[in-house]
Amino acid sequence: MSSGAKVTVVGAGVAGLTTALELSLRGLAVEVIERGHAVGAGCSRLAGGMLAPWCERAATDEAVMRLGVPSIDWWLRHFPGTVRNGSLVVAPARDTAELTRFAERTEAYEWRDEAGIAALEPDLAGRFRRALFFPREGHLDPRRALPAIAEALAKRGVAIRFGVDAPDGDLVIDCRGLAARDAMSDLRGVRGEMAMIRSREVSLARPVRLLHPRIPLYIVPRGDGVFMVGATSIENETPGGVSVRSAVELLNAAYTLHPAFGEAEILELGADLRPAFPDNLPAVRRGLNGLLVNGLYRHGFLLAPAMARQAADLVERDHADLRQRRSA
Amino acid sequence: MFYGVELSSRLLLGTARYPSPKVLADAIQASGAEVVTVSLRREAGPEGSGARGGQSFWSIIRALGVRVLPNTAGCHSVKEAVTTAHMAREMFDTPWIKLEVIRDDETLQPDVFGLVEAARVLSEEGFEVFPYTTEDLAVADRLVEAGCKVLMPWGAPIGSARGLNNVYGLKALRAHFPDIPLVVDAGLGVPSHAAAAMELGYDAVLLNTAVAEAGDPVAMAKAFAMAINAGRMAFAAKPLEPRDMAVPSTPVLGKAALGD
Repeated sequence: MSSGAKVTVVGAGVAGLTTALELSLRGLAVEVIERGHAVGAGCSRLAGGMLAPWCERAATDEAVMRLGVPSIDWWLRHFPGTVRNGSLVVAPARDTAELTRFAERTEAYEWRDEAGIAALEPDLAGRFRRALFFPREGHLDPRRALPAIAEALAKRGVAIRFGVDAPDGDLVIDCRGLAARDAMSDLRGVRGEMAMIRSREVSLARPVRLLHPRIPLYIVPRGDGVFMVGATSIENETPGGVSVRSAVELLNAAYTLHPAFGEAEILELGADLRPAFPDNLPAVRRGLNGLLVNGLYRHGFLLAPAMARQAADLVERDHADLRQRRSA
Repeated sequence: MFYGVELSSRLLLGTARYPSPKVLADAIQASGAEVVTVSLRREAGPEGSGARGGQSFWSIIRALGVRVLPNTAGCHSVKEAVTTAHMAREMFDTPWIKLEVIRDDETLQPDVFGLVEAARVLSEEGFEVFPYTTEDLAVADRLVEAGCKVLMPWGAPIGSARGLNNVYGLKALRAHFPDIPLVVDAGLGVPSHAAAAMELGYDAVLLNTAVAEAGDPVAMAKAFAMAINAGRMAFAAKPLEPRDMAVPSTPVLGKAALGD
């Protein structure tokens, strides 16, 4: 490959688009191919879009926090719809011990009392006695963010070719998600289910997590009265719709957060399989003719920028090595 | 010994709620557990489809060479539990079944009536049933009558981390069934709880949440394994009974008379 060779990114989900943008920003010639007919049509579409590295730290590896923190700035820089309003973690009165436990396992939060909760989220006034507030966290709407990244790519002259799945470039970066199982035997699917609801009675300024010993769930405001409620995580690779039980759990979480959600309209129930490696952490690996970026699991939007950077670093290093060898 | 199978580890480990399959696999290895429980209802294919839903997940577990004890977690009726047991036998090719029939979703307390009935049905069909029960003696008796050759009384409600709620009841159960393998299943929080169960003469301990949701599940798995060994060793070494009065460990007779 020459230093001017084109890099082909396969897959226009969150991994592919962030990687393509990162490569293009570094001055590399890039194109994206996508077997479908829209960007972000795979499991990126069902993502929560929370940029919550400190909340995630409470239940995951330290790496998720370390890699995730710089992502908030990445999204703020490249997608103007990114909101940095913090996030709130609450628990029903009898499960407040879960809050203490959550706090013990992470950092960058403030305790809020009833008045403090009401000041942040007036609609939750009087509903919870204590909460954890993570002021530096953010969120975005995945269904707006990915078209915006596609537009940014278009402005930079990076084409996205739809309905194409056979890469013909010199260097290929495989960002196909679960479809890349043919190249990675340790990739597995983890079922996730979500609901979209619309309520004119409740408004929230930031994602709210509801801790519960069995079913921790979250609600992300999407604007215009729309809320995304997510998400189950089930070690099951069967495709198919949301189960009744999961739907009950998701909708119950919304109802527990605020009874007015009981009157909300269900707009959508969605299920898909998240690509995950055995350690549930993403990785950039070397493949036969390039790189593989995969395993973003529950942290697509949070960790994709970090993976994009790692991939771009490797591509740049390889190009530099090649130039050096040529001139030697 | 469970249904004729000799095991060297007295720790049975649940496989739910770990941060990742990798951590789960590491925890199983660190604990030395030879039996892991598998929840079928959610981690498998849809009911009746016969699909091996979590194939990749299970291939990671199978690669460790441990014995699988499928369970009927989440079942609320005899019929559900029996159907789930049939699926389990087909999927995991084992007659073993950890039988859970739950009455109440808040406490996850066993429905002992349904439990006894399901145990009878499954035992007659050739299953080797491990019933998740309370420490109630009469229920235990009915379960043994129904064909169970292992009993698994709770320490406390599932996931509650409270330890042994009714030590007297658990002791009585041990005294009544000296020859039935007894496993404390559920409710333990820290290794000392497991050691206490073993000191009562229990044959094994079954854990899940206490390990899976610990800050470091692998280290916690190991700590539990050590506590279980310590407790078993202490039981075999015949511990003292508590007394009301002090018993000096240094002889008082023949003490030097100092001063005048």
